[in-house]
Amino acid sequence: MATRTIAGKTVQVNDEGFMTNPSEWTKEIGVEIATEEGIATLTDAHWKVIDYCRSTAPSLNGKSPTLRQITTGTNISTKELFALFPKGPAKKVAHIAGLGKPEGCV
Amino acid sequence: MADETRKVAFICSKGDLDMAYPALVMGWAALGNGIDVTIFFTFWGMDMITKSRQSRLELAPVANTSMKMKMMGFPTGNFGIPNILGIIPGMTAFTTWFMRKKIAAVGAPPVGEYLQMLVDGGAQLYACKMSVDMMGLKKEDFVDGVIDIVTASDFMDMTEGAQIIFI
Repeated sequence: MATRTIAGKTVQVNDEGFMTNPSEWTKEIGVEIATEEGIATLTDAHWKVIDYCRSTAPSLNGKSPTLRQITTGTNISTKELFALFPKGPAKKVAHIAGLGKPEGCV
Repeated sequence: MADETRKVAFICSKGDLDMAYPALVMGWAALGNGIDVTIFFTFWGMDMITKSRQSRLELAPVANTSMKMKMMGFPTGNFGIPNILGIIPGMTAFTTWFMRKKIAAVGAPPVGEYLQMLVDGGAQLYACKMSVDMMGLKKEDFVDGVIDIVTASDFMDMTEGAQIIFI
């Protein structure tokens, strides 16, 4: 298993760069990965999504919820979700929140 | 990550309930992964975007060799729904109801709602001009989100460099 240092902390990541141990994640790590993903500032709406994903991940085996689970669970619309995390929100959210890619198809 | 955004285009040519879902599921997955999505609706596939048809897509049991009794919980192995039963009035409604239930059970929304999710996620929808002319339809007959009625040649132009999936 590869490791990398993000925001001054060494964490375990898989081949695609997703963190494999959610408990190693910190908000600072989230901010740094978001910058890498092209999101310069994480607003309250971004954090609402990230916090929701972090809170549901334990029941999803450490994986990020699907986009539909996010829109249903946070009351953030699909349009808004794609505006917050443009060009691939499913992967981006999981990456930033330090979780695995979502496993569902919807 | 590649510099140029990957593009995928679906051609939806079927109007059966089960054949509406492949493009919706794959298109949604593509958008979630940052891939541009274009969907071209042609022939019966236009039912997916026609207001009067979208919520009424059906699945007929006749001549459907994959539809087995065991899907309904009967311990009947590979025994299919006999075609002779399929001709009974109401059988298509029954199998449609059953398939809708199966689809809802995995958390997938109905066709209209699903398609709207794709539009909200940035998918571009187009109707086929020849099919529209054949069926006597107009742009107003289609749901919001359908951008235009275009020719096959237009579709080829707009999908340059895209991976094209025919359904």
